[in-house]
Amino acid sequence: MELFDYTVLRLIWWALLGILLIAFAIMDGFDFGIAMLQPYVARNDVERRVLLNVIGPVWEGNQVWFILGGGAIFAAWPMLYAVSFSGFYLAMFLILLALIVRPVAIAFRGKVDNERWRRIWDWTFVVSGFVPSLIFGVAFGNLLLGVPFHFDQTLRLTYEGNLFGLLNPFSLLCGLISLLMIAMQGGTFLALKSEEPIAGRAVKATSVAAIAYILLFTVAGVWMAYSIKGYVIEAPMISDGPSNPLLKAVSRADGAWLANYTSHPWTILAPVVAYIGALGTLIFARKRSTMLAFAVSSLTITGTICTAGFSLFPFLMPSSSNPQSSLTVWDASSSPTTLFIMLVAAVIFVPIIIAYTSWVFHVMRGPVTAEQIKTGSHNLY
Amino acid sequence: MHEIDIVTLSRLQFALTALYHFLFVPLTLGLSILLAIMETVYVMTGRTIWRDMVKFWGTLFGINFAMGVATGITMEFQFGTNWAYYSHYVGDVFGVPLAIEGLMAFFLEGTFVGLFFFGWDRMSKRAHMVVTWLVAIGSNLSALWILVANAWMQNPVGTTFNPQTMRMEVSSFFDVLFNPVAQAKFVHTVSAGYVTGAMFMLSIGAYYLLRGRHTEIARRSITVAASFGLASALSVVVLGDESGYTAGQDQKMKIAAIESMWETEPAPAPFTLIGIPDSKAQTTHYAVQIPWALGLIATRSLNLPVEGIKDLVTQAEGRIRNGLVAYRALAKVQGKAGATLPHEVEPATRDLGYALLLKGIRPDIENATDAEIHEAAMSTIPNVGVLFWGFRFMVGLGFYFIALFALAFYLSSWRRLDRKWFLRAALLSLPLPWVAAELGWIVAEYGRQPWIIDGVLPTFLGVSDVPASNVLLSLAGFVLFYSTLAAVDLYLMIKYVRLGPDAPTPNAILHVPARAD
Repeated sequence: MELFDYTVLRLIWWALLGILLIAFAIMDGFDFGIAMLQPYVARNDVERRVLLNVIGPVWEGNQVWFILGGGAIFAAWPMLYAVSFSGFYLAMFLILLALIVRPVAIAFRGKVDNERWRRIWDWTFVVSGFVPSLIFGVAFGNLLLGVPFHFDQTLRLTYEGNLFGLLNPFSLLCGLISLLMIAMQGGTFLALKSEEPIAGRAVKATSVAAIAYILLFTVAGVWMAYSIKGYVIEAPMISDGPSNPLLKAVSRADGAWLANYTSHPWTILAPVVAYIGALGTLIFARKRSTMLAFAVSSLTITGTICTAGFSLFPFLMPSSSNPQSSLTVWDASSSPTTLFIMLVAAVIFVPIIIAYTSWVFHVMRGPVTAEQIKTGSHNLY
Repeated sequence: MHEIDIVTLSRLQFALTALYHFLFVPLTLGLSILLAIMETVYVMTGRTIWRDMVKFWGTLFGINFAMGVATGITMEFQFGTNWAYYSHYVGDVFGVPLAIEGLMAFFLEGTFVGLFFFGWDRMSKRAHMVVTWLVAIGSNLSALWILVANAWMQNPVGTTFNPQTMRMEVSSFFDVLFNPVAQAKFVHTVSAGYVTGAMFMLSIGAYYLLRGRHTEIARRSITVAASFGLASALSVVVLGDESGYTAGQDQKMKIAAIESMWETEPAPAPFTLIGIPDSKAQTTHYAVQIPWALGLIATRSLNLPVEGIKDLVTQAEGRIRNGLVAYRALAKVQGKAGATLPHEVEPATRDLGYALLLKGIRPDIENATDAEIHEAAMSTIPNVGVLFWGFRFMVGLGFYFIALFALAFYLSSWRRLDRKWFLRAALLSLPLPWVAAELGWIVAEYGRQPWIIDGVLPTFLGVSDVPASNVLLSLAGFVLFYSTLAAVDLYLMIKYVRLGPDAPTPNAILHVPARAD
């Protein structure tokens, strides 16, 4: 147990939290993205079925990154799990509904040969791509602004906001950035796995999304730098103390969310990678280097999520109404024993998961063509 | 009053979504193993009828699996959305098996299920068989970790209360993992899933034989279902008995309530076969008893008594008083850096949860009167009538399954599957494993009340601070969505059962030609 001290374990789990979010956004992101782009890129039944068969073999595995993310937050950051899931109650409920109808839409659409039946599930599928992509971005926006909650002495939580409080201009901007980023991810994956005319449309959509992303990411950066007050821990923080958020003092300060970029200049790499990724996506998609386009689009996601994480650090979820209650890396984690057990489990299983996931992608390699759909008429989604 | 509403609504929502989720889980557990068995027969014999069987049952598996995935996500979210204080209070312990479930089981299941449907023509027969087994293993491992988590709620071993963080923390992960309740519950639950899968194949097979359709596939399916179902049904009852023993050790109140046993019986205690529990008069009318039986089940001995409800309430009173000692000491130190409890108070923290029961009666529990302490102790009695009858129906069904599968096994071994009365009985029995499984959860979880974690945290304290209107909205949303999806699911199931194995292969079984290279 003494292999890592509490501080190091907390840092590792902060990094793992980020890695899980990034893996989820990269993997399930392309499923969501393809769903969002469906009305534009697929214009008849065959084309829509191409889309479903592109994601068909892999989306369930991709979604597990999200389920694992939930489980890992529960185990490693129980207070973050409690505050974010209950505080964002209705927003979470909307995500949940989207994730409930998605598997059903994908699996049931092709099971009945009826135009109206298929259109209903098609639209369900499209909505199930939009809703989570938007809400996750909005949630991140609210983290940067701070969320109204506080604890009492028994660490019972009171949340003072509501769903409409979450829908403020800055957070909606973050939601849009998230939508664009996910659309790029879906577009590049689709370009890689389909043929004309779908691939061409996917490239067009990706290009538009990449340009819009670069613009909005810049706007959000300037906004955050100049008119959002960040949070600062006042006294020197004990990084290996007990996980009780009430033992510190927190204040708000202009430009505090940029402090890490000054004190640790390497962190500036995060937004730089996000920009390079988006530019690269634009260039490679247009050159039809689809594999590279997908890779750099994934870099955009990595850079974007890291930008949010680095800005917030060491905060996980600041409280706007009672800053002292803010959750930070140093006071919202599980016990060292639990963090260590979880780390062992992650070190054993994550490489195995990556290995067999890669094998499945290898087995399912190659594009899905309209020809396959037509010849195997009853055999595909 | 506001607080009562949110607790009731949250409990209602959890019960609804959990019971609904468990309509799909047992079939996934059972059918995934049965698919793997049938595919193994195909690989070993090379006879394509077995592959056709895998594809046909696989279609129905796919329809069910989509619903299982859809409704399962709700369960993982719901601890955080509706049970935030619970999540804080025990996340350090309870979150671990959930996260490991994701790492070890969900990924396996979720990644390979796609390949099961899409990979038929992209890999060798053997490789595909391995994929099918991995899906089955993933599903079953997932049940293992969920039941490790659930068993900890029933029997919270390997943890201590930390006054600095105001929560339960892991002291021995080994104890949490090898919780005896988890072992028994895991085998009991997956066996119940196997019974469900076997009954599904038996009933639908019987339907085809009654109609004289697809008889080749139907006969083979019934043979597989009968042998697998018989073994599983026996295992359910044996491990049910094991669960009874562990509950007799660790959840005495639950056992006493299931038995409607108000007074402590001298050893060896009799088993009440049937009777009419009366919670008001605290007695059981018209009890028909089997001497010695309960003593054997609950204590595996003839000389240990099984404690009755009234004595357990008296014990609870003592524990509430003891817990108040810890509560008062805690009130002095909580919120301070480096908070520790005086050494002599530490043993009392074991009963802190009992003191918290008083929070349902008055906020300043340190001033509780004797009458209030008695009232809180009385609240430890679960709903005796529901447990008594739920348990008896479940056990009755368990024995019926043994009989039905034994009969199916006999008839299929002697090639006498033309008995119409048997086929009709088999068809009509289709819903019964689901009834038994749902009753099992009701007995286990309703029987845990008033605790969300037995003896540690009362259910009403576990809830989130969410406006009741929000929970009402989500509850209504779940009812609406789940009912619609249930109707669609049932419609598709019936449609594809009617179409049968000869139908044009549905879209779920994919036939993607391998690439030309």
